[in-house]
Amino acid sequence: MDNSKSKTWSIVLTMGFTLGLVGISGMVLSDDDDDYEGNDRWSQSRLDVAPVDNAFYKEECGSCHFPYQPGLLPARSWQRLMDGLEDHFAENAELEAADVEQLTTYLTENAADTSDYKRSRGISRSLDKNDAPLRISTTRYFKRKHHELPDRMVKDNPDVRSFSNCELCHERAAQGSYDEHQVKVPGYADWDD
Amino acid sequence: MKTSDDALRKGLFILLLAVPLVSQASVVDEQLVSYQATGAGPFSAQKGEQLWQQKVVSEKDGRTRSCTTCHGNDLRSTGKHAKTGKTIEPLSPAVNAESLSSAKKIRKWFKRNCKWTWGRECTPQEKGDLLSFIRNQ
Ligand code: HEC
Ligand code: HEC
Ligand code: HEC
Repeated sequence: MDNSKSKTWSIVLTMGFTLGLVGISGMVLSDDDDDYEGNDRWSQSRLDVAPVDNAFYKEECGSCHFPYQPGLLPARSWQRLMDGLEDHFAENAELEAADVEQLTTYLTENAADTSDYKRSRGISRSLDKNDAPLRISTTRYFKRKHHELPDRMVKDNPDVRSFSNCELCHERAAQGSYDEHQVKVPGYADWDD
Repeated sequence: MKTSDDALRKGLFILLLAVPLVSQASVVDEQLVSYQATGAGPFSAQKGEQLWQQKVVSEKDGRTRSCTTCHGNDLRSTGKHAKTGKTIEPLSPAVNAESLSSAKKIRKWFKRNCKWTWGRECTPQEKGDLLSFIRNQ
């Protein structure tokens, strides 16, 4: 009797303590971007960016490459990119005006500078106000996260070719997860820091 | 009883197979009619095949480009995007029920791919020849 009572208490106490910890780390994380790398473990279950939830976007912007989440660039970047689809990274990606408008609305309404997700805020913060890069892979935030990868793993890797192919290394990219613990560079053993 | 069930199932199966084929055929036929309305035709699958293989040196990067650059020579197998490496589903309607099933999609990709590959838009005659070739693969 006594024994089981004290057991119950210890469970309640442990739970309370754990909840408190999670609460604290949640608070710390909620105003960090990624400067608390050590605490990342706590947020693994959280998504990095909002997943794409628009079938038309997936179809139109996912035919030549992985459909990047709107939360990976600020609205001003998307606007600039959508204004120049005829010459899109040396490719022709032009669309009818009505389609351009529909996609631009989706992109800008869900852009990095309007999103609360961790990576969106990190990317947004790494840019100057007037900076409107057309690539995610040239943002300061992206470069900082990938500076450890040598050319032989990316540009010179026939199974990857370009940093633009997020989904080849980030196996759960389509679900909006870019966690560094779920990365695998094709042709190389598991990525380990 | 059993045999009629079987027959029914068989019939349904054939119907299911036929539906996408019918819709592809009518979409392609509509396109051909619209090209004819501009004075083009008759169309030749053989000419289409030559166009498919036609190589043009790009003014942009000095490299040779053709439809096969991304779609490959065998339209029944998957292609690979020249730049990004992303897999492109086979163009042959016989193995890919979605191919050539939407007029809007055909228009969109003709515009982009002709401009990118040959540096200009395709004429209605060329589009008719190309579609006649692709649909038979
Ligand atoms: C006709 C093919 C094609 C279509 C359609 C297309 N793209 Fe691209 N896109 C490319 C190519 C090629 C690149 C450059 C890839 C590389 O450098 O490896 C690219 C790169 C990008 C990048 C930069 C990726 C990076 O490196 O950070 C973004 C962002 C992008 N596209 C967005 C879009 C959006 C939005 C749409 C839909 C409106 C779209 N794309 C449709 C071909 C296409
Ligand atoms: C060649 C493989 C490769 C490609 C392609 C790639 N990444 Fe990464 N990415 C990595 C690796 C490896 C790491 C972990 C780096 C580290 O641990 O220092 C990483 C880290 C990240 C992180 C930080 C994750 C964390 O837990 O801190 C983000 C966000 C990210 N990538 C997004 C992207 C996006 C978006 C793209 C496409 C535009 C992309 N990556 C393309 C390999 C890649
Ligand atoms: C730079 C790469 C590239 C080149 C070169 C290219 N295409 Fe395409 N093409 C694509 C992609 C990507 C798609 C979209 C496939 C998808 O959405 O499944 C496509 C789709 C198409 C479609 C629409 C298929 C459908 O589903 O209805 C047609 C028709 C087509 N291409 C014809 C051509 C012709 C003709 C040429 C040569 C003049 C050509 N393509 C050259 C990349 C290319």
